[in-house]
Amino acid sequence: MNLKQDSGNIQYRQWLWLLSVLLFLGVFLSLSLGRYSNDPLKVLNVLLARMGAAVDVDPAMDSIVFNVRLPRILASIMIGAMLSLSGAVYQSVFRNPLVSPDLLGVSSGAAVGAAGAILLGAGLVTRQVFAFIGGITAVLITSLVPRILRNRSNMMLVLSGIIVGGFLSSVLAIMKFVAEEQTELSSIVFWQMGSLSSILGRELLAILPVFLVCSNLLLLLSWRINILAFGDVEARTLGVNVRQVRGIVIVCASLLTASAVSISGTIGWIGLVVPHLGRLVVGSDNTRTMPLAILIGSLFMLLIDTLARTVSSVEVPLSILTGFVGAPLYAFLLYKQKTRLD
Amino acid sequence: MSVQMQLEQVGFSYNGGRQIFDDISFEVKAGEIVCLLGPNGIGKTTLLTCMAKLREPNKGRIRLNGEDMAGLSTKDVARVIGYVPQTLTPSFDFTVLDYVVTGSAPWLGTFEKPGSEHYERAKKALVQMEIEHLRDKAYTRISTGELQQVSIARAIAQRSRLILMDEPTAHLDHGNQIKVLRLVKELATEGYGVVLTTHNPDQVLLLEAKVAVIDRQARFHFGDWEEILTEKLLSDLYGVEMRLIEFEGIQRKLCVAPKL
Repeated sequence: MNLKQDSGNIQYRQWLWLLSVLLFLGVFLSLSLGRYSNDPLKVLNVLLARMGAAVDVDPAMDSIVFNVRLPRILASIMIGAMLSLSGAVYQSVFRNPLVSPDLLGVSSGAAVGAAGAILLGAGLVTRQVFAFIGGITAVLITSLVPRILRNRSNMMLVLSGIIVGGFLSSVLAIMKFVAEEQTELSSIVFWQMGSLSSILGRELLAILPVFLVCSNLLLLLSWRINILAFGDVEARTLGVNVRQVRGIVIVCASLLTASAVSISGTIGWIGLVVPHLGRLVVGSDNTRTMPLAILIGSLFMLLIDTLARTVSSVEVPLSILTGFVGAPLYAFLLYKQKTRLD
Repeated sequence: MSVQMQLEQVGFSYNGGRQIFDDISFEVKAGEIVCLLGPNGIGKTTLLTCMAKLREPNKGRIRLNGEDMAGLSTKDVARVIGYVPQTLTPSFDFTVLDYVVTGSAPWLGTFEKPGSEHYERAKKALVQMEIEHLRDKAYTRISTGELQQVSIARAIAQRSRLILMDEPTAHLDHGNQIKVLRLVKELATEGYGVVLTTHNPDQVLLLEAKVAVIDRQARFHFGDWEEILTEKLLSDLYGVEMRLIEFEGIQRKLCVAPKL
């Protein structure tokens, strides 16, 4: 509940409603689009039948909607939400609008894990597990370096992330170098560009608990995250246990990113751009920006993934599309922010 | 609600290195203003951060309302002490109200968010500082003088009774310096205790405050300005000749340097 009671509050609520309605419509539209059939009426019939209405249904359509399209749509929504929320959180905690959720090496760690599984010839599930473990391990190492060097400042943590990320990129390069070109190398490269083409209900269930627990914890802490964004000294003089809150927040955001990346591969831009969109619309107060980032991110990812599976006869990797949409959008946002400075 | 802080032979060193200051004892109560004077780099700000429990002294003890501050949580301290830093380093363009309402943090649980009463309190603090027109402005886009007032408003919204200010007049033009000092005086009249560091000894005379001095030999002097501030002490302190003169028509003494 937001009790700020100002003109911005009404605007915030309107945005929540608007985005929720758009998301709902988006899901229905996306359910109707695909290679098998593009008929919204058929989808409507399938949905009505599942709700108990007596209508004629194409059984193949039912299977496609519920076993193929729906899991993928839900996954895209969840992944968009996870990456955008952790992006918003990372930017606030590190007091830097240029930060994306892979700042502490999550993505490079996950990539090394996934590449390892591919080189071992393991199956899809193992690959996802390896990616998750790789991502989390990278963040753990990143957070250990400042302890070893006895400098626990925020800046040290960022530098440590650069060190670990850089090291892991080299590890990944070695793996690509030794990979079998036709099979393994192309798998690694494709994984790094992100795709939801192999998502099933199983993957959804695997990341659902992390999504629910971590995003709720972060939303509960959204106001404390504001205080962290004002700076460490400010937070301490307000009686905030900076190390504890920052610890919880970084762990949650990293778990979200690692879970998302483990089933989809790395997806660029979204964690960087969406929080800016949220701030442009409702301002910097995280009690508003974070819920909005979740909705915008979901919608953005739903759009991108629907394009990825419908725009051509082959699946387009997600990072190609997020880059094409995200980069110009980011430029536009920076332009908007500059004009507001004048 | 009264407040009282006692420093008992307080000393500080960074990680067991050189002793920055030592044997500092004084007291500040509700309604009092204490100015911390001393040459650059002598440890005024360090002392102030010790009083805010941002650093722990390595010697002596600080008592807050009778209790040893070493045993209090940062939250307990934050309910009594407000800290106004010298500069704010803004990151995102939060509104002034968003900033001031963070003063309610020590009164809320970790997972709680400020409610309407906390926003009301923040708005009242803005009214008290006569800056309610800044409420919805981005705190990154107001002047340094206004930022100083916003920062004090937050300390008021925090319901702290003792306000520590690190060089509140630095970075301000002359008019704003006088305004901030008038504000400090008003806060003391309303029963707040105020401790501030300053580079300008004349401000002590303007405020008719108590004064705590760390001199070049790291000796500590404390008392009313009349007994502590002598021409000799001031000249030693700043390494240049300083004069204290009575000036007719403004009902106060002036602390100035003679013709160059």
